[in-house]
Amino acid sequence: MIFEDEPVPGYPLPILPGHSSPGRFERVLRAGHFAVTSELAPPDSADPEDVYRRARIFDGHVDAINATDGSGANCHMSSLAVCALLTRMGYAPVMQISCRDKNRIAIQGDILGGAAMGVCNLLCLTGDGVQAGDHPQAVPVFDLDSLSLLETARTLRDEHQFLSGRKISYAPRVLLGAAENPFAKPLEWRAQRLAKKVAAGAQFIQTQFCYDVPLLRAFMLQVEELGLLDKVFILVGVGPLRSAKAAEWIRTHVPGVHIPDEIIGRLASASDGALEGRKLCIELIQEIRTIKGVHGVHVMAYRQEETVAEIIERSGVLGGRVPWYPGRDPQTNTNRMAS
Amino acid sequence: MYALRQWSVRHARGLNAFYRGFESVLVALHPLWKRLGYQRLERPVAAVERSVKGLLFDCRMCGQCILSSTGMSCPMNCPKNLRNGPCGGVRADGHCEVRPEMKCVWTEAVAGSARIPGGMEALRPVQVAVDRRLQGRSSWLRVVRERVGDLE
Repeated sequence: MIFEDEPVPGYPLPILPGHSSPGRFERVLRAGHFAVTSELAPPDSADPEDVYRRARIFDGHVDAINATDGSGANCHMSSLAVCALLTRMGYAPVMQISCRDKNRIAIQGDILGGAAMGVCNLLCLTGDGVQAGDHPQAVPVFDLDSLSLLETARTLRDEHQFLSGRKISYAPRVLLGAAENPFAKPLEWRAQRLAKKVAAGAQFIQTQFCYDVPLLRAFMLQVEELGLLDKVFILVGVGPLRSAKAAEWIRTHVPGVHIPDEIIGRLASASDGALEGRKLCIELIQEIRTIKGVHGVHVMAYRQEETVAEIIERSGVLGGRVPWYPGRDPQTNTNRMAS
Repeated sequence: MYALRQWSVRHARGLNAFYRGFESVLVALHPLWKRLGYQRLERPVAAVERSVKGLLFDCRMCGQCILSSTGMSCPMNCPKNLRNGPCGGVRADGHCEVRPEMKCVWTEAVAGSARIPGGMEALRPVQVAVDRRLQGRSSWLRVVRERVGDLE
């Protein structure tokens, strides 16, 4: 799919009325397509090729790639750097920002820097506690929380100023996102929390892993009752489980991931757990897709990123649409660059 | 103390009503505070506030108290200092991701708010970033000066 006003695919697009960013991801969402995003685990390496190799795996199957920011409180290449590398190739990254490691001075600087490097999407997160990762000795910063981070980013973008009130000459043109976990306590207040995030500036939401569709439906009903369906694009988190044992480990060790017993039972009784895990993921995507107010899926396949393409392909959610990737339209690229 | 902190959440309604009255008295006494000098009062009042609220809420003296908007569960006890609601890591038993032995400050805050008339609405406004310069200062005196418009 090429937008007709796309100068060179991968380059910034003109910002349409009502849009916040020059990015393709916002275009896809606002055009009403079912969007697909995935997550790139930043490498433990200073080699850019390690980033590109991880991005290429998703070619033709995702509309945006999230670059995680020290996820699980483990140290990796920074999300800002991963995004800067990705935008060089024309990819549409979602820059994740966590409040754990940086104070408001550093974060605002990163938002400006990211936008200058072509980042069009931010995901504002609180972040995992330092105890979860490989540097538990580190100071947990948490100067802002995800809500005040959203407000900060919106202030930079819409009021053209820092939190201090000092003016900035060119505002970051970014689409603002946040996370939500419809499956964690207090369940009855989760939709309210989403409403707060929308009020603070969130335009899209990527949720925690969904393995419990009835809970998701209940959450989406509450979101609808709060009148939020036309105010925010919701992408539901999904991912393949490798085996019953892996699922059991995830639900006990990864904070906030809820996996019902039936799912674990189904994986345990399958002869090939990994195959069943992918099948389950495809079924979940197809079911989630039919829920009112869901605008896409966010596929998180940590250490099995190579399965994302197959899962998306077989789920049929792209409906024949091929999201842009470097080298998809070599002919068009050359023509447009020449003209 | 953790047990007292939980007691406070269970009695959020009464504590909130008491605080409302207490605050009105403090505000009414503004001329007196003014005469004594807010600067001079800062240390002794902060010391009293620290011991009372420390006992009842494990108060961390952030200096910008929002207990009435968080069901009498102090959000600064959250290991991530979340002032706008729970993170996504709350455990299935409602306990904290970072400190599993502790109930999530925000599951408590929602429970406490449900006990306070208008408490659920009070959870709604987005709390802006904390001003770390106020750490250790009296929230009571600050509230009085805000209410009477005496803040510089």
